[in-house]
Amino acid sequence: MIKNLSSNDLNELSKKIRCDILRMICEAGSGHPGGSLSAIDILLVLYFNVMNHDPKNPEWVDRDRFILSKGHAAPALYTVLAECGYFSKNHLLTLRKIGTILQGHPDKRVTPGIEVSSGSLGNGLSISAGLALAAKIDKKKHHIFCLLGDGECDEGTVWEGAMLAPHYKLNNLTAIIDRNGLQIDGRTETVMRLEPLADKWKAFNWNVIKVDGHNYDALYNAFEESRNEKDKPSVIIASTIKGRGVSFMEGVKEFHGKPPNKLELEQALKELEA
Amino acid sequence: MSLKATRDAYGEWLKDAGKINKDLVVIDADLSESTKTNVFAKEFPERFFDVGSAEQNLINLSSGLALGGKKVFASSFAIFETGRAWDQIRNIVAHDELNVILVATHAGLSCAADGASHQALEDIALMRVIPNMRVIVPCDAEETKNALDALLSLKGPAYMRLRREKEPIIDKKYKFQIGNAEILSDGSDIALIATGMMVSYSLLAADILKKKGVDASVINVHTIKPLDSQMLCRVAKNTGMLVTVEEHSIYGGLGSAVSEALSECYPVPIHKIGLKDTYGQSARSFEPLLKEYGLTPNQIAESSEKYIKKMKR
Ligand SMILES: Cc1ncc(C[n+]2csc(CCOP(=O)(O)OP(=O)(O)O)c2C)c(N)n1
Ligand SMILES: [Mg+2]
Repeated sequence: MIKNLSSNDLNELSKKIRCDILRMICEAGSGHPGGSLSAIDILLVLYFNVMNHDPKNPEWVDRDRFILSKGHAAPALYTVLAECGYFSKNHLLTLRKIGTILQGHPDKRVTPGIEVSSGSLGNGLSISAGLALAAKIDKKKHHIFCLLGDGECDEGTVWEGAMLAPHYKLNNLTAIIDRNGLQIDGRTETVMRLEPLADKWKAFNWNVIKVDGHNYDALYNAFEESRNEKDKPSVIIASTIKGRGVSFMEGVKEFHGKPPNKLELEQALKELEA
Repeated sequence: MSLKATRDAYGEWLKDAGKINKDLVVIDADLSESTKTNVFAKEFPERFFDVGSAEQNLINLSSGLALGGKKVFASSFAIFETGRAWDQIRNIVAHDELNVILVATHAGLSCAADGASHQALEDIALMRVIPNMRVIVPCDAEETKNALDALLSLKGPAYMRLRREKEPIIDKKYKFQIGNAEILSDGSDIALIATGMMVSYSLLAADILKKKGVDASVINVHTIKPLDSQMLCRVAKNTGMLVTVEEHSIYGGLGSAVSEALSECYPVPIHKIGLKDTYGQSARSFEPLLKEYGLTPNQIAESSEKYIKKMKR
């Protein structure tokens, strides 16, 4: 399913989806709005304009794969999967409810469209490398996309995967880093300095692409470039704003893992629907 | 009964202990607001270090600091600290008997809404099998501070299991000592052997049982390792039947520890209440999740009563 939505269409859709994300998290009474809002534009471009996938046949063997390594952005992924038709939107407001198919963090066992469970940070990149390697062995053409948080890059396992993927020439793998500059305890550069981040990945022999993570055309071009890369994996360092789209959430670290209350939700919806 | 979270007690204790003990350093892995090490960080920024989201780094840095003469308190969520960094804990911290106290929060089902990936239901097992490792599970906020006092004056490593939620504070008449199990109420029909928050729930369950004519002892096992086998044997001789209650897998946790000990000295039937070989799941609040897995006072009482009937048949 590639819909080739225009930037305008994506922009309209993103407003609606941002509202859904916030409604879900508010209803659940807990969850991660900041990192969901910073990642959502990346997901929209992937699921509507870049990835070959079939919501009616989630197990289609030739589909492109998306791995959400920063599992706490589950609400972003759930809204997009629902919008694509993997499951009914009626589920959205059951987020985190006992027995729901929409667990606090992605759970492969219960949610259609989830490739692998996540929530424990640092695992997605190596798993994606494994998927990419399996595709190579079988001479398959599909591509693997993996979204990481920037704070997540503190985990040693990320760099183990970073070393491995170029070693096996996994050009069918694209990592995306949601570079919103914040983790839980504060700014990434204060808690654990990442810069020069692009140079680090370059030194690990990746094709490095820097892009505005809220610009649909730029994201699309970056994904296409990474797909056409001949012998290296690519990493897209996407500059984003945590809490993007809601004035009082943008760049505010407290909204990493705090739901909006009813009043805040109302104001956020007003801003997004304006 | 007043309510308080064990992790809040930890934060307060760190701040007080940091004033007296200048060698005390605290390390966290991007969860300092949740683990409450941020209380210490504000007071003593020069003795607080955040490694970011990096649990293996957390433990190895702690080992290095301990080797360099520091008394280290290292914190994260129980699932990540004991899971991802198990090798670093097993092969260095415990093997070399370093002065690293692992204080992990959000254990058991208390990380309710986040779901299976965040709920540590195996951490007691993971830490208990490591030689030299002490395993402490305080029953409430007050006992958390007493246990931390005791650990501060000891040499060598320990694991302390704390939770997220506010929990009842229990009336206690004993003086806390690592390695002791404590009788909180005395009954001769059965003994409820509990740890952590399940101690207060077992006291409530014992009240329910009493109304049904069942006289239950309640034992607080705040130290899972070293386990107070002698006292547990005495209890077993007295009641002839035990129930263990834990917010943890029945495999490898309190139930297993008690069974291992009693099978050596005085085997009796033991009914294990806890998570039965399963992951947790999300719930919007803590209580419904406890109910889902049979851990409310009513369910503990009911299940114990059934077991007594079954065994007496
Ligand atoms: C292994 C592991 N350690 C710690 C956590 C707790 N945690 C959840 S999100 C987070 C911060 C992640 O920051 P970042 O990757 O920058 O996320 P974003 O800003 O995109 O939300 C942490 C430490 C976790 N989920 N997994
Ligand atoms: Mg971030």
